[in-house]
Amino acid sequence: MCLAIPGKLIEISENPEGVRMGKANFGGIVKQVCLEYTPEVNTGDYVLVHVGFALSKVDEDVAARTYALLEEMKQLDELQEGEMGVEIPAQTLEERNGAP
Amino acid sequence: MKYLDEYRDEALAQKVVAEIRRIVTRPWVLMEVCGGQTHTIVKYGIDHLLPDEVELVHGPGCPVCVTSLEMIDKAHAIAQRPDVIFCSFGDMLRVPGSEADLLVLKSRGADVRVVYSPLDCLKIARTNPGKKVVFFAIGFETTAPSNAMSVWQAHKQGIKNFSVLVSHVLVPPAMESILASPLNRVQGFLGPGHVCTVVGYEEYEPLAARFHVPIVVTGFEPLDLLEGVLMTIRQLEAGTYEVQNQYPRVVKREGNRVARDLVNKVFEVCDRKWRGVGSIPKSGYKLRDEFRDHDAERLFEVKEIDTQESSICMSGLVLQGVKKPHDCPAFGTLCTPLHPLGATMVSAEGACAAYYAYGRHLQCEKKELAPV
Repeated sequence: MCLAIPGKLIEISENPEGVRMGKANFGGIVKQVCLEYTPEVNTGDYVLVHVGFALSKVDEDVAARTYALLEEMKQLDELQEGEMGVEIPAQTLEERNGAP
Repeated sequence: MKYLDEYRDEALAQKVVAEIRRIVTRPWVLMEVCGGQTHTIVKYGIDHLLPDEVELVHGPGCPVCVTSLEMIDKAHAIAQRPDVIFCSFGDMLRVPGSEADLLVLKSRGADVRVVYSPLDCLKIARTNPGKKVVFFAIGFETTAPSNAMSVWQAHKQGIKNFSVLVSHVLVPPAMESILASPLNRVQGFLGPGHVCTVVGYEEYEPLAARFHVPIVVTGFEPLDLLEGVLMTIRQLEAGTYEVQNQYPRVVKREGNRVARDLVNKVFEVCDRKWRGVGSIPKSGYKLRDEFRDHDAERLFEVKEIDTQESSICMSGLVLQGVKKPHDCPAFGTLCTPLHPLGATMVSAEGACAAYYAYGRHLQCEKKELAPV
């Protein structure tokens, strides 16, 4: 239910009722998104979308920093031991979009 | 897809698991609050990757699951009216009430429609002026801004034939209820990342301080969850109990101010009955009086409905992290997603339904049959 996925904003417009809307691309699927709660976003930004509403701009710098920190773990030698198989199959967009 | 695929990196996941193994010295019980997180954990087998010391129990964060049977029966009574178009998110359709579910009602002629966004209901209301359009507004803090916006816009645009049946629930009071229970086993929380995207995590800080429990606001991808576990175990091993944010790429401490403001204009906090748990004080939202003309509960005056839950079902204990789905004698036998007995089996995000969907009921049978 609280599922929300990141999409790239490709268009911003206003609907006839004056509501700030936009179109976001989710890996090829384009959907209408309400932008009333994210007045700061621009075309090209990634937004986190839940039931057709952008709830937050995805902070690309923070995402990159956090990911770099995780990647550093790969470099630590003492962590090479005690591994076990981890299977992380790819999940399709359809699966993630299955329910709001 | 950007911001999804990189958080499913297998090699990185192995390193985080190895680091958890390295630092853990004794048993800890962690709860992931959100049903979406439970789903990821069971789907990817994250709980099986973790060292034996780390036990994950599954939280109450599935709004479909915790919507009370009385409220579902009310929804069904409204949906069956000939003057009503009843709109809902897809995951509510198969949830059984005392007599039927929304899909069955649709097959009997009720006008039941699935919407992607609550704003879609306004379009339906505009194009069907002779009908009353009702939206089943359920959800946690994540969904509240969307539902609030639909009511706000209907009010602003003078769309009088749109109303909402509100059954909103709030996370912190449920966490407090779990922590205050004498049965509580939870020592650390993976906090609900998307709830906190909206409301931030300031209100979790008093909970962490009062109950001496670390809370790590966590995302929904496998790496997010593993990192959330690592951060929580680090705190537990160090004896600290702070609120930390594993999910800063979307969550800010103050949340989304614009969304919070509109939610507070449209909704006010009320007591709410949770399926499987009972009434929790100040754990829900209801419409403010200003918006009473959009309140389906008032407009349709559905009488209080008496309902009876199954006596075998343990969903209340599962929702509170006291029991696991396979501890229940009915799990996977009398109780399946097609014939759910209680809260945690009725929605795909419920812990019992997630265990069932990924074959955990088969594993249980194997365990029983194997040695001897």
